[in-house]
Amino acid sequence: MSPGSRQVWNEPVTTQKYRTLPPSRPVTAHPQQGPSSRIAGHGRAYRERTDTEEDAALVDTLDLARWQFAIVTVYHFIFVPLTIGLAPLVAIMQTVWVRTGSERWLKLTKFFGKLLLINLALGVVTGIVQEFQFGMNWSEYSRFVGDVFGAPLAIEGLAAFFLESTFIGLWIFGWDRLPKKVHLACIWIVAAGSNASAFFILAANSWMQHPVGAIYNDVTGRAEMTDFGAVLTNNTLLAAYAHTIATSFLVAGTFVAGVAGWWIVKSVRGGDHQSAREIYRPAAILGMVTILLSGVGVAASGDWQAKLMYEQQPMKMSAAEALCEGESGAAFSILTIGDLSNSCEGVHHVLTVPGLTSFLGTGDFDGYLPGVQDLQTEYEEAYGEGVDYQPNLALTYWSFRFMIGFAAFSAALALAGLWLLRKGRVTENPWFARLCLLALPMPFVAASFGWIFTETGRQPWVVVPNPDPNGVDAIRLLTADGVSESVVAGEVIASMAAFTAIYGVLAVVWFRLMRRYAAAGVAATSPPTAADADGPDDSGGSGDADDTGSTNTPLSFAY
Amino acid sequence: MDLPQLWFLLIAVLWLGYLVLEGFDFGVGMLMRPLSRNDTDRRLVINTIGPVWDGNEVWVLVAGGAMFAAFPEWYATMFSGFYLPLLLILIALIVRGVAFEFRGKIDDPVWRARWDWAITLGSWIPAVGWGLALANLVRGVELTPDHQMTSSVLDLLSPYALLGAATTATLFATHGAIFLALKTAGPMRERAGRAAAVLAVPTTLVAGTFAVWTQLSHSAHTWTWAAVGLAAAGLVAVIVTTRARREGWAFGASVLVIAAAVALLFGSLFPNVMPAINDPANSLTIANASSTSYTLTIMTWVAAFLTPLVIGYQAWTYWVFRKRLTAEVIPPHTGLPARADDASRR
Repeated sequence: MSPGSRQVWNEPVTTQKYRTLPPSRPVTAHPQQGPSSRIAGHGRAYRERTDTEEDAALVDTLDLARWQFAIVTVYHFIFVPLTIGLAPLVAIMQTVWVRTGSERWLKLTKFFGKLLLINLALGVVTGIVQEFQFGMNWSEYSRFVGDVFGAPLAIEGLAAFFLESTFIGLWIFGWDRLPKKVHLACIWIVAAGSNASAFFILAANSWMQHPVGAIYNDVTGRAEMTDFGAVLTNNTLLAAYAHTIATSFLVAGTFVAGVAGWWIVKSVRGGDHQSAREIYRPAAILGMVTILLSGVGVAASGDWQAKLMYEQQPMKMSAAEALCEGESGAAFSILTIGDLSNSCEGVHHVLTVPGLTSFLGTGDFDGYLPGVQDLQTEYEEAYGEGVDYQPNLALTYWSFRFMIGFAAFSAALALAGLWLLRKGRVTENPWFARLCLLALPMPFVAASFGWIFTETGRQPWVVVPNPDPNGVDAIRLLTADGVSESVVAGEVIASMAAFTAIYGVLAVVWFRLMRRYAAAGVAATSPPTAADADGPDDSGGSGDADDTGSTNTPLSFAY
Repeated sequence: MDLPQLWFLLIAVLWLGYLVLEGFDFGVGMLMRPLSRNDTDRRLVINTIGPVWDGNEVWVLVAGGAMFAAFPEWYATMFSGFYLPLLLILIALIVRGVAFEFRGKIDDPVWRARWDWAITLGSWIPAVGWGLALANLVRGVELTPDHQMTSSVLDLLSPYALLGAATTATLFATHGAIFLALKTAGPMRERAGRAAAVLAVPTTLVAGTFAVWTQLSHSAHTWTWAAVGLAAAGLVAVIVTTRARREGWAFGASVLVIAAAVALLFGSLFPNVMPAINDPANSLTIANASSTSYTLTIMTWVAAFLTPLVIGYQAWTYWVFRKRLTAEVIPPHTGLPARADDASRR
């Protein structure tokens, strides 16, 4: 978007470009519930139900479906960033081993590779739910967006997930079956696949945040794609992709630095200076440098996103600051007291940094930011009355701060670590070991809050209207209109209970396995029989093996 | 053939790929316990699909994604309508996938026994569930004029649909036994070969009945008799080849049966994608469920470039791991001990 087209918010928004909407349905069947309030957006015939009982049931289904989406999506995204970031780091470790022949990098490859696989397994299986649940719980959403939204999802499977899933099998089982360099290529392909996967998924998500390259078709009552190139070059997508990938490297860098840093202290205190110096220190440095580089990327891309958000989703930006009334030179508050939950009454900002919020949104410390109340008025004019267009203020406000705050631990780990490990040093400082353990989960938490912020901050919309005067017109959908109509509350309860129970058990198992393997160190994943680790060099793998016969050489790896 | 029809065909091909590939994965998982005498046997069974099951499973994601992209109405109606069966399948696929990866991570019989149950149930449930879903798709469901499915869960358990479930379950078990016999040597090959021969007869009865029932009750086309004929020929070939222990031929025959079944099911659907039994006017059809030709054109180009590539590297994977496995080549457990205190044993 050119700077010239930037929306200026102290000018009234013209409403002429919006379609005339059917009158909003009264919401008398249930109390006004903020984001849950159900009104007709685009009036497709079958959405028009008047039966009060049915309507009340739908509200239940809606809230349940939203909770379920939140649970399974936040859960899925615990594993995803670690996979996206760690796969390339393991690929780097293996590359160093292949190029230098240095045994320690092989040990590190196997050690972090094992942790990667434990994590990847959960990321893969929970990803299936992600794709199916749009149809299951959000079928009206799927009908509305499928022509645009389905394509990146399908392409993700075809272009990225196939690569990741096929080549991870080759990597796990191929240590002695493939030439060294081909085997190395496999982990790089896995890394490329998981990073490409993120691009297509974010293409779909960014289109919900800021629809482009599509039109609203009156006859079919749905969004229809007109320019796939625009969908793939959506600036919302480019910023979100940069932010997500940088975050993933921050997560993985923190993971590698935290585990290796903890092991440095443990090794030194156990008298094993050699392991600390030769194996864990290089890994810790790799992780810490990754933190610093990705940290810069996270901040820069986050700033880019904030500025886009100011143009594209001003309500989210203002809600993030709990800015009730518009002001110039808006401050950034670190703490706010008062009941934010659904009203602007009694909000008190304390501990503020003057002008920072304006700067984040506009690049100018004196820039004007609209308040949520101003925006509510504008949205009512544009999209109809009877809807609370404000997201949950408390959730949006705090998740934004938690996202930033929790990520700071990684920076602390990197700075402390690089100082303590400078010029070939190792450390036995117990506080550093504690910092390693403390920092480990923090970027995961920060990433989760980032998603909670961006997904709840766009409520009550599931497809946010594009405010750009040159942009897509009339494509928008309220979350309430996206939920499945043929699904009853009992079914959602059943599935939510089932997923929550299974996910809960698997989370415990995942955490224990990760902890056990991390605490076991490189020794557990590099058995002494590593003499054959050189593999069948470049002899062409098993090309000379008998097709139908079997040999008695044990497999290098088996489940 | 117009673009929506092409995509109907492509989605049938994606389901075919999925059912052939994960079909034997399911069969292998279903038979893991009965065909194994000890833990090494179980590991042997699991490792025949170890390097490939994950890639095989992606076919269903792509099939689902393609339905979403090419036929949003179909995807929306079917996935919200078949809610509980799909939920069970999803849960099964989750625990099964994790089980393969986690089973060997802790060296403990209790730990392994739990994951073995996850593999067993996680293989049986989808093997039954996909048959149930596909049979109901062909049989038709109650649809409102705006394509909301109103059939209840009990409606999905008609005799025809249950026979469909039994068909996929027996077919995948046989397919898996044949695959196991093809991928192993020694006693496991012998046992799997015998199991395939034993399973072939009931599979033929169940699948044959289902095929004829499908043709008589749910197909409007004469040409789908060809698919019935192919399925029958394939089933007979499975019986003959499994008795003769010609594993390669038997595998080809069971692939033929699955291909014929997919042709029969999708052929019977055509030109509907989800017929309405209450009122044919409410049916979802290829024409009224599809995306725009712009979207389908993009998708066609993407699929035309990527699908051959995917088939190519997946085929290469099978080539890399083509050696038969025996119990002797299964290495000792490398998992950590059950108790955390022993973690620093080395």
